[in-house]
Amino acid sequence: MGKWYEGTGPEEDVVISSRIRIARNVQDYRFPQEMGIEESENLTQEVLNGVKNIPNNDNYKFIRIGNLSPVERMVYIEEHLISPGLVQNIDKGSFLLREDENISIMINEEDHIRIQVLLPGLNLEKGWQFCDEIDDYLENSIDYAFHEDFGYLTACPTNVGTGLRASAMVHIPSLTMTGHINSLVQGLNKIGLTVRGIYGEGTEAVGNLYQISNQTTLGEKEERIIEKLKSVIYQIIERERDIRNSLLSKKRIEIEDMIMRSLGILKYSRKISSKEAMKHLSNVRLGMEMGIIKDMDFKSISKLMIDVQPAGIQKNKEQNMSKAERDIERAILIRKSI
Amino acid sequence: MLCQSCNNNQATVHYTKIINGKVSELHLCEECAREKNEFEFDTAFSFHKLLTGLIDNIQSETMEKDLQDIVCSFCGSSYSKFKQTGKFGCPECYNSFKSKLSPLFKGIHGHNEHIGKVPERGNQAVVKKREITKLREELEELVAIEAFEKAAVVRDKINALEKELEEKRGDN
Repeated sequence: MGKWYEGTGPEEDVVISSRIRIARNVQDYRFPQEMGIEESENLTQEVLNGVKNIPNNDNYKFIRIGNLSPVERMVYIEEHLISPGLVQNIDKGSFLLREDENISIMINEEDHIRIQVLLPGLNLEKGWQFCDEIDDYLENSIDYAFHEDFGYLTACPTNVGTGLRASAMVHIPSLTMTGHINSLVQGLNKIGLTVRGIYGEGTEAVGNLYQISNQTTLGEKEERIIEKLKSVIYQIIERERDIRNSLLSKKRIEIEDMIMRSLGILKYSRKISSKEAMKHLSNVRLGMEMGIIKDMDFKSISKLMIDVQPAGIQKNKEQNMSKAERDIERAILIRKSI
Repeated sequence: MLCQSCNNNQATVHYTKIINGKVSELHLCEECAREKNEFEFDTAFSFHKLLTGLIDNIQSETMEKDLQDIVCSFCGSSYSKFKQTGKFGCPECYNSFKSKLSPLFKGIHGHNEHIGKVPERGNQAVVKKREITKLREELEELVAIEAFEKAAVVRDKINALEKELEEKRGDN
């Protein structure tokens, strides 16, 4: 399995990726927000010692947030390998990233440890299995903060218990354009699930991409939380496919026109903002998902959706670019890839 | 109806506030309403505010008489700080504020008891208790279908585990 956006996975015509993360904390340390530099350094060493229990741990690269440039930090966030919360702790935060970029272990985010597994397509069980294994290895030497009644203790009471957040990133343009998204959001909220934009809490939905995840973490077994999310995702997949099919049979020419115009803009534009690019990439992806565009693969489009983000454009450039310069660079990058 | 603020213009804006079940009504003309800013809802209904609001609510329901602030014995963080920030200072805060947390967790998660994974090292007692709970359920099912021989085996397992637990407690 390669990097999540370079691999393929089940139900990839709707589900782009699956993510499982668990929050863990260590006894006798204050939570990252409250700790001093020395305490945070001791904790980091303790986690690094725990990581030595993982077989083949030399596949993990250790990176301190403080050693990254602001652009490099943003690139990791845009690739979903670390969270925006981690980079706020510049002098305390660090992370370990497995070579294939499927697994990252964040140290001193909001919690001491956050293990994240990111896989292409709908792959939640596999994600949990990986997380669970890493967790077991760390537990061999790390004394986790655990309470008989409340489970794994976390800095925020919304993560207490399992510390588990399972989420799937879905591409649902048909549900969005037919206005079903609002009732979907309300329905999901009622059953303890939540919908967010692609970069987590409080972020805007772009490119018809949404993250759907469990809201509650206490009182249910991990397997049950994942099962529940999975069954809901399957319903969303069904619904999205149904609408796509009916769009194809009733409004074929309109849909084809929309998709091909988007392809045209991506192919020929000379400057383009990330928002506009995401909109057209979403349409082109829809074209592939519906079988209208056949000579491209999901891999290249998923990668483009990440590479067109502001820091992605900036990443191999030495000088800081203005927005106008980025828009030009972005158009060049897209033209080269499509 | 005349505006309750200026008593001059017709009230066209009707505002009902419900806080903790207490209803208050306000009838204003458009001008006064704009002035009063009653409609500028805090649109940034941030998650953090919702959470701290929930903590406040639960506190006022259950702990009105308890005016003394609790301080965590490990990190020195106080319950009133938790109320403000929605974040604990350290894992030990959960023990220090324990009496107040169950209703809060019930509000957030709909539950207040963890039934998922347990870190086995250092939590053998919890692991054993979980096993006993599971075996008890099994026992009930067996008794219900009158499989008494199998039930006896399960009962013995429960007794053995309970004894182990008992001894552990004695050690401590």
